[in-house]
Amino acid sequence: MKTFNRVFTILVLIFLYVPMLVLVVASFNNGTDPAVFKSFTLKNYRSLFSDSVLLPLLINSVIIAVLSAIISTVLGTMAALGIHSMGPKLRSATMAVTNIPLTNPEIVTGVSLALLFAFIGTTLKINNILGFFTLLIAHVTFNLPYVILSVMPKLYQMDPDLREAALDLGCTPIQAFFKVVIHEIMPGIISGAMMAFTMSLDDFVISYFVYGATFVTLPVEIYNYTKKPLQPKIYALFTLMFIIILLMMVAMNILQARDLRLSKERKMALNADRRKAV
Amino acid sequence: MRTKRLAVPYLIWMVIFTIIPLGIVLYFAFTDSVSHAFTLENIIRISNYMPVFINSIWLALISSLLCIVIGYPVAYYIAGRSPAMQRFLYMLIMLPMCISFLLRTMAWVSLLDDTGIINGFIRTLGLKPLPLIRNNGAVILGMVYNYLPYMIMPLYTVLIKMDRRLIEAAQDLGCDSVQVFQRVIFPLSIPGILSGFTMVFVPAVSTFYISQKLGSSGTTLIGDVIESQFKAAYNPNLGAALSLVLMILVFICIGITNKFSDNDEEVVTI
Repeated sequence: MKTFNRVFTILVLIFLYVPMLVLVVASFNNGTDPAVFKSFTLKNYRSLFSDSVLLPLLINSVIIAVLSAIISTVLGTMAALGIHSMGPKLRSATMAVTNIPLTNPEIVTGVSLALLFAFIGTTLKINNILGFFTLLIAHVTFNLPYVILSVMPKLYQMDPDLREAALDLGCTPIQAFFKVVIHEIMPGIISGAMMAFTMSLDDFVISYFVYGATFVTLPVEIYNYTKKPLQPKIYALFTLMFIIILLMMVAMNILQARDLRLSKERKMALNADRRKAV
Repeated sequence: MRTKRLAVPYLIWMVIFTIIPLGIVLYFAFTDSVSHAFTLENIIRISNYMPVFINSIWLALISSLLCIVIGYPVAYYIAGRSPAMQRFLYMLIMLPMCISFLLRTMAWVSLLDDTGIINGFIRTLGLKPLPLIRNNGAVILGMVYNYLPYMIMPLYTVLIKMDRRLIEAAQDLGCDSVQVFQRVIFPLSIPGILSGFTMVFVPAVSTFYISQKLGSSGTTLIGDVIESQFKAAYNPNLGAALSLVLMILVFICIGITNKFSDNDEEVVTI
């Protein structure tokens, strides 16, 4: 059974990675059809870096991803602190609202925001309302629940006495937060921010409904590209993004491992102290 | 106590950008596009799209079930590795999700196309090319490929959190490994299966890109119809009505699975 599961897992991983391999190989292909490998070339990378359309779009995507990650992390962390101190009834109502964007199909979220922006546009008589701000608002909206869901568990894991101790020692609640609480929930904040960043960078469906001609992100433009035969420089772009995301994932992995080790060491030290005290 | 107020900006944000937009969808679904008067016409016109709804639900259902069958052994295998190996394998499963699904779906097009990589390989073997693309099978493959990680994640989480002592107890009481799986591990992993099911079913039933690229005119999904109402035909009222029905469908589906998992938790606690 174990060998079956092992072989099966390897097959599934191959299934997941074969399309990526196709794209990576296509980025070095001196032809336009990924199905026919003509000869090795780097010209797709050259044409990518001299491209005046794709790179600015990538920068647009990064701007939206960074800003929406920052805004949703700040708002979401505040919200998590608030929700944490709520009574059970209010909390479950708030969490129900938080779950709406998580459970709603993306296309419905996109459509509903598009209708809202169209409505605001007609009431305020703004002609081209769709653009940078509508994209940013949409991205913050779908990122917020992810930040909250990754910060909340850390708040529950935190020893409430720590905050009490800080308050007893003369901290104002704000000082207690910045000196004590924030360090305890930092792993949750960081993983929430990273999740928000990657979700936002890769979002297509919701962006597709709220973008305007004045501000386009990369996934939306890739969609418009894929209506025609793909240009090989897209494959080069994919390969570079794949490498960047791989490095980010590895970094996150190492951070997590360190976080785990630190908390283990701390637990052990705490236990040793307790034993001493006994 | 004042900490509660920190959630106020968030709540205001969610009311403006989540709850009010859904209200607008409701308003559009029940009004006429020209006169803005109340009408049931959009809802009535949905019956024309019944076959599309049924096809979407059917394909998403098959894909979700396939994801359970494929994802379970993988999650089970990962959960049994050493912690470092678990993290590594989990990362390998997560990684594809962070990369543009548009491009990954395009890669499947070049793999499955009539003149694609797989058929090119079949041709060099001297066999007849297979019709691998522009059918329901290709759409299901695209769904399983794109959403399989969403199934593996919750299954893995449930499996590693499982109390090892329960398994040991079953073994001590004379269960062989098949019985341990049937009577202990599998029943305890049902919450993971259910949450994985919704995480796969919801995006699969509402997708529009996968069916556009891997399907044909015969495999139009509800997402395709909604997209075309907003981007091509420009009938937002009908689009809103379709979105509303899709949303209700998804909430019913989630309600059913939640009910199952709630009942289960009760059984477990007893």
